[in-house]
Amino acid sequence: MPTSTRVLFPRMPRGPRQERRYLERPRQQGLLQRAIVEAFRKLDPRLAVANPVMFVVWCGTVLCLALTIEPRLLDAAAGARERGFNALISLTLLATLLFANFAEALAEGRGKAQADALRRTQARTQARRQLPDGSIELVDSSALRRGDVVLVQGGDVIPADGEVIAGVASVDESAITGESAPVLKEAGSDVAGSVTGGTRILSDQLTLRISADPGKGFIDRMIALVEGAERSKTPNEIALTVLLAVLTQVFLIAVATLSPVAGFLQKPPSVVTLVALLVALIPTTIGGLLSAIGIAGMDRVAQFNVIATSGRAVEACGDVNTLVLDKTGTITLGNRLAEEFLPVGGYSSAELAVVAYGASCFDQTPEGRSIVRLAEKLGAALPFEPASASGIDFSARTRMSGSDSADGIEFRKGAVDAIKGFVRSRGGVVPDQLDQCFEQVSRLGGTPLAVCRGAELYGVIYLKDIIKPGIRERFDQLRRMGIRTVMLTGDNPITAGVIAREAGVDDFIAEATPEDKIAVIQQEQKLGKLVAMTGDGSNDAPALAQANVGVAMNSGTQAAKEAANMVDLDSDPTKLIDIVTIGKQLLITRGALTTFSIANDIAKYFAILPALFAGVGLQALNVMRLASPQSAILSAMVFNALIIPALVPLALKGVKFRPLSAEQLLRRNLLVYGAGGVVAPFIGIKLIDLAIGALRLI
Amino acid sequence: MLPWLLAAALLAVVVLTAPVLGRHLYAVFDDRPQPAWDRWLTPLESGLLRWIGETGRPADSPWGYLLPLLISNALFGLVALALLVWQPTWLNPLGFGGLRWDLALHTTLSFLTNTDQQHLIPEQSLGNLAQLGAMQFLMFVSAATGLAVGFAVIRGFSGRPLGNFYRDLLRALSRVLIPASLLLALFLLVSGVPMTLASPLEITTLEGGQQWLPRGPIALFEAIKQLGENGGGFVSANAAHPYENPTLLTNLVSTWAMLIIPAATIDAFGRFVGNRRQSSLLLVLVFGLLIAGAVVAMAAEQAGNPLLSSWISGGNLQGKELRFGTGLTGLYATVTTGTMTGAVNGAIDAAMPLTILTALFNLFLQVVFGGQGTGMAYLLVFALLAVFLTGLMVGRTPEFLGRKVEKAQVVWASLVLLIHPLFVLIPAALTLAGGPSWAGISNPGSHGISQVVYEYASAAANNGSGLEGLGDGTPWWNLSASLSLLGGRYLPIAALVALADGVRRKPALEPSPGTLRTDTGLFTGVTAVVLVILGALTFFPVLALGPIAEALTLAS
Repeated sequence: MPTSTRVLFPRMPRGPRQERRYLERPRQQGLLQRAIVEAFRKLDPRLAVANPVMFVVWCGTVLCLALTIEPRLLDAAAGARERGFNALISLTLLATLLFANFAEALAEGRGKAQADALRRTQARTQARRQLPDGSIELVDSSALRRGDVVLVQGGDVIPADGEVIAGVASVDESAITGESAPVLKEAGSDVAGSVTGGTRILSDQLTLRISADPGKGFIDRMIALVEGAERSKTPNEIALTVLLAVLTQVFLIAVATLSPVAGFLQKPPSVVTLVALLVALIPTTIGGLLSAIGIAGMDRVAQFNVIATSGRAVEACGDVNTLVLDKTGTITLGNRLAEEFLPVGGYSSAELAVVAYGASCFDQTPEGRSIVRLAEKLGAALPFEPASASGIDFSARTRMSGSDSADGIEFRKGAVDAIKGFVRSRGGVVPDQLDQCFEQVSRLGGTPLAVCRGAELYGVIYLKDIIKPGIRERFDQLRRMGIRTVMLTGDNPITAGVIAREAGVDDFIAEATPEDKIAVIQQEQKLGKLVAMTGDGSNDAPALAQANVGVAMNSGTQAAKEAANMVDLDSDPTKLIDIVTIGKQLLITRGALTTFSIANDIAKYFAILPALFAGVGLQALNVMRLASPQSAILSAMVFNALIIPALVPLALKGVKFRPLSAEQLLRRNLLVYGAGGVVAPFIGIKLIDLAIGALRLI
Repeated sequence: MLPWLLAAALLAVVVLTAPVLGRHLYAVFDDRPQPAWDRWLTPLESGLLRWIGETGRPADSPWGYLLPLLISNALFGLVALALLVWQPTWLNPLGFGGLRWDLALHTTLSFLTNTDQQHLIPEQSLGNLAQLGAMQFLMFVSAATGLAVGFAVIRGFSGRPLGNFYRDLLRALSRVLIPASLLLALFLLVSGVPMTLASPLEITTLEGGQQWLPRGPIALFEAIKQLGENGGGFVSANAAHPYENPTLLTNLVSTWAMLIIPAATIDAFGRFVGNRRQSSLLLVLVFGLLIAGAVVAMAAEQAGNPLLSSWISGGNLQGKELRFGTGLTGLYATVTTGTMTGAVNGAIDAAMPLTILTALFNLFLQVVFGGQGTGMAYLLVFALLAVFLTGLMVGRTPEFLGRKVEKAQVVWASLVLLIHPLFVLIPAALTLAGGPSWAGISNPGSHGISQVVYEYASAAANNGSGLEGLGDGTPWWNLSASLSLLGGRYLPIAALVALADGVRRKPALEPSPGTLRTDTGLFTGVTAVVLVILGALTFFPVLALGPIAEALTLAS
């Protein structure tokens, strides 16, 4: 297992993240214009009815507009001079609607722009389909079905997603990953065996078995996702919508019954002022921004070059209790490097280096290459003619690799116990010193690889694992957020323990098999925990499907990508931690704006109620000393409308997430959004009232 | 000063005695080992259960709990209704006839729902058989029903099966309400409360006139009236009458009796969820609200009407029983509306607007201890909503007591929130639309609004007190209030049981540093704010037009 290629990525991300974007940044100018047009289009009642809170505002607007045109419509005693006031209220209501629509359209805009760019890669192409009898026919790419076999040659656009069944070729995947370096694709390889429709083959020829029907390929899914076409509300969003709808209902009852109650005092308020009171009380701020928050959350994930299959998955990230992480590539740098040769049984370092060179000359993994480099540095030369020798690949069963020279000498390196078994099977003796070397390396947190030449054991290669800089701090943050980290590694328990301690993970599983991954996930889930993991190989697919949040590497197999609910286009497993933060940010933003919205009601009551019943003796409640009843109502309505665009940046960017404990987070956010939500409208409404007075609007 | 000291001492006694009864309630409703004194009840209970064909197995669905509740309550109601409509002559020394159908219906529903709103003068309309067989019987079973629901909800929130309604009802009666009422009745008897089936006493007054003094089996009636948070008086004057509440001591003890079971229920909740800190903080929250209300009401009554202060000193003496004075009447009014008892030792209608504001506020919140059993459940609903609203702010799906708050929970909790405005504001608006002279509203202006809103709030909150200047003995009042009684009782109960059943089915999660802890001072404060905003903000307009406008008019 130690030299597994499962976790070695053929193409690690390079360069700063901003420069690795796969799509050009959408232009702000176009986005704004598009959002403004959309804001008006969304006034269509068929669209408006989807949001219960804003639909109440919509109905109120229509009613107020009607009363602007004919003030005596509902109350014969109303004077024509109320027309001006009615018009102003109607305008603020319309503005409230438009601002809410604008926020949603702005959030959707980015995704739509990205979808357009992706669509351009989807030009129809001709494909060479291989018929069962071996003959080739030219068909349109849209006619391809799952299971078809096609040939692609250098220069072709790959017509659909598929698995390579024959051939080796380099493919330019920049259309989806933004990575300009071509990727090698070959049959039979777990990681490099799948191709994506829309990418371009640069040289040579591949035979593919199509794995997706037209319209269901990876790019099609990406388009649907970034565009929000498949956006369904997430569980928390649904729960919040229910609560907001009920609150709206409750306030509707409260306001609708107010007319007869006040009528008992011979002071019935006008219909327009009642509509104003209703709109002020119902949670329009969060109602107007709720969908924008969700869309923006998906978009933030997309900006991280991660494609989430659903908003539900992003939200689930915020709830994750346990992260199951592969050691290699996530906690340590992907490449372990040979650091030292430790000979045993009386051999010298130089002799060991020669054998290690021999065992590694066909090993193209970074580890293998680093062994060759170290051997060359020590002046070793290949003990055989490479052209006549043959390479023995690593396999999970044998847990070793090496080469057989032309004269039949077997050079092997691999897991210590695997090599021990090999040496014994060849009639050799295992020196006691080996176990000391093994322990010595393990205690350093390194991976020991034993090396042998036929039945003779030469010693141990110390492969040094380098823990990613800054990873310890991130795990500390996660722990403070209440997230447990479990490291999975094929290393022996001593090495794994050392690395786990150094990296600061909470738990580790050594000598892990892919089955262990599922077992760990199921065990955690049995305790009611949500588990996130990353994976890339085909044997990770069941675990990815089992996990609540499975992030597949784009470099991974088709099976892994299909089982996962997120695909990381950069193939950077560390990103799981960022995604968790985005999920939390999404929930926090929703909670913060809801709290703010509801807390606003207190000030609005104090603005509107004394104004509504000026003659009843409630003047003492006019704590803001607003100029006149009409000005008070208008100020509250203007505040109510303006607060939506004022909060759009917060809704789209999300509340800044700090890795604090729940108690600290709650205290902080309550202070900002709870107390702020109580105080802000008092100040805002007073200022607007002063401005209205200064402008002589009323 | 004395009323304040007495009030403080009273609340201290409640705080000290609540854990004692709390431990007993926990033992009774969680089937813990019983103390010797009630072990002999077990065969009796199981015999009774077998007799009605009940296995006593816990319900496995909300309906499994609700259906027996509805069936049994319907039966109890029918028996009582029959007794009221055809009052037999037996145990009926004054030979009262049957009640008019709408009055009988309202009275039955009112006592069946643990409300005890009375649109009649009991001593002039009900014989002893009706008082015992209908009124007192319903007082016991309605309080037991409330306790059963409360503990079913607590069981759900602590992850246990909901329980078996018949078994809960029986045990609430046999191990809590009947023994406690007997003890309290004994104390009242010693203090001078009558307990007799004799006919009214005919006496000659000092002025030489003839007067009939109605007597009856009042002591036990009074005991369950207070302990079961029923509140319906044996006589119309309720606890202001010397036969119901003869001394200062009985006044204090009956105030304690209103608070003790709800306070002990909260304490028992902490034992159920294995977190006494949580229950203690909830007790602090509820006591805080109660004390705030009591301070407002007591101070308002002691200060009296500012417009009359040049003529009368000693506070607002209108509608007061001088034995108790202004302060303790203010306290009683706060406790009786907070605990949904509805007994009164003075006329709330004649109280200061701020006292009425306090009373209405309590009726709207329904958690300042709240109804027998159901008050605890409402408190959990508000805590759940507070968790949901603020819990998102810590960045994970909110959890309450280790269980996730998701769509189903929010739906049921919101429904509970919706019911109260529906059954208070809509009938109040309909009544007020008729104008001042219609429907027997005895005051114009803001006080008239208070009267009407109070009547429906009292009905829907299952309280039973009223601003009794209202001429409420008419078919309109009887029928419309009946709707509020039923809607305010059984709809929330159904939603609460469904909510609890959903909660108990969720896996319990171990708390982590990322979990929002609900047993902290901070969260208790949050719950208080959410409670006031969600529970009372809806009613702020009617409060403003009613008592607030009245208070401001008096002050200016």
